[in-house]
Amino acid sequence: MSTTQAAQPTSTLKLGVFWLYVLIPLAWGVVNTLLQAMKLFS
Amino acid sequence: MSSITEPRSNPGSAPFFSKQATVAGPGFSRWMVPPAALAVHLCIGQAYAFSVFNGPLTKVIGITQSAPDDWSLTTLGWIFSLAIVCLGLSAAFGGKWLERVGPRRTMFTAACCFGGGFLVSALGVWMHQIVLLYLGYGVIGGIGLGLGYVSPVSTLIRWFPDRRGMATGMAIMGFGGGAMIAAPLSVALMNHFHSATSNGVSETFVVLGIAYFISMSIGALAIRVPAPDWKPAGWTPPVTNQNKMISRNHVHIDQALKTPQFYLIWLVLFLNVTAGIGILGQASVMIQESFKSTVTAAAAAGFVGLLSLFNMGGRFVWASASDWIGRKNTYFIFFALGAVLYYFVPGFAASGQIALFVLAYCVILSMYGGGFATVPAYLADMFGTAFVGGIHGRLLTAWAAAGVAGPVLVNYIRAYEVAHGVAKADAYTMTVHIMAVLLVVGFVCNLLVKRVDEKHHMSDAQLKSGQ
Repeated sequence: MSTTQAAQPTSTLKLGVFWLYVLIPLAWGVVNTLLQAMKLFS
Repeated sequence: MSSITEPRSNPGSAPFFSKQATVAGPGFSRWMVPPAALAVHLCIGQAYAFSVFNGPLTKVIGITQSAPDDWSLTTLGWIFSLAIVCLGLSAAFGGKWLERVGPRRTMFTAACCFGGGFLVSALGVWMHQIVLLYLGYGVIGGIGLGLGYVSPVSTLIRWFPDRRGMATGMAIMGFGGGAMIAAPLSVALMNHFHSATSNGVSETFVVLGIAYFISMSIGALAIRVPAPDWKPAGWTPPVTNQNKMISRNHVHIDQALKTPQFYLIWLVLFLNVTAGIGILGQASVMIQESFKSTVTAAAAAGFVGLLSLFNMGGRFVWASASDWIGRKNTYFIFFALGAVLYYFVPGFAASGQIALFVLAYCVILSMYGGGFATVPAYLADMFGTAFVGGIHGRLLTAWAAAGVAGPVLVNYIRAYEVAHGVAKADAYTMTVHIMAVLLVVGFVCNLLVKRVDEKHHMSDAQLKSGQ
């Protein structure tokens, strides 16, 4: 059964929050690792 | 059986976890899909950080130091090995199921298995029953790893037909980055829960199990598949003649296994991973032995961290670059540049050029990560997108095989060299030269990859029925 659906554009806020949800922990991990990597140069 | 070509029915009337319910409506932004994939891959990437538990797990009874009844490192080593084997097997066998039931059910199953595996392991630590750790993290968690790894990849490829490499690179970059979150988080949690009667591992497993279940479930809830007739605005599928290596036809999973291309790409992945994985495991020892008076243990840990960053970054950068230069050319670069760098690395060590030594390994590890991230798009180019998730799952057996072959090659050759009087600083020369040869073999395998013969293509009727 095919139906026609009305367009429901994704909210920019929802999109931004979802990206932050994954990028904040990733950035935290990267910064931690970068700090550890700096020991190689000290 | 449902297939990707079925007409869109009203998703609201379909069961929540069904494939139909995940079909995106008009106006849905495809940029919601990469974070959904990352939510899963950032969790399962924890696997690379499991070694932070090895020390504490040898002191579960003794708390501050190992007691006679505590587990040995050899006993504990099987947990990770089992997890990797189960990852390969579940990806291989679960891939076909994924194509049938869709990404949401598969991702949620992965969340249950990965989170549940931690909880069973926590019980195992609390009861001091190693079998429960093998079953929990090793088998159940390993199944979660495999299903979680493959489930969002094919969906991303379908959402980003114009930038397949970049899309899969984003998700698989998450797998590389997951350990960077998990390692400091696990250490902080163990310190928090440490007491006179517990070293905090059991409690940490419970917290991680619940957190990973929730995070992966959010990814599963957010994932959507595109409608069969959907394509990016303003994008038209490339004409086959423009790029002979990108097929517009589809090959069934079972049929893909009958093509030489599948085995050649299997070898391409196997050789690329073998050349990197052994070095990754030995990086700390290797740099300390190569620059004995210069590099301390702390600096060596920094080297390992740097390699992890390049491993993660390479996944996104190389996979994205493959959208422009082509998958085959990307692997040509991996194999040619990798072989050259491996050939010169012993010279850098012998002449004390630490900067060049570090740079060479950073580039090598970026290509190791890039190999993982580029291969799903390579498969989609060769076999079409209809069953790419299942085909990718079966190809991941190459990873499991390389996970055994790589460390064995590095460790045993080094041990053989040292036993025959070679200085420790020089013991890696033979190993890295063998790695260079493996990469040359990989170059030849990649060279032999041609378009899939038309006789393997699915007809429209087959594609509709999903058979």
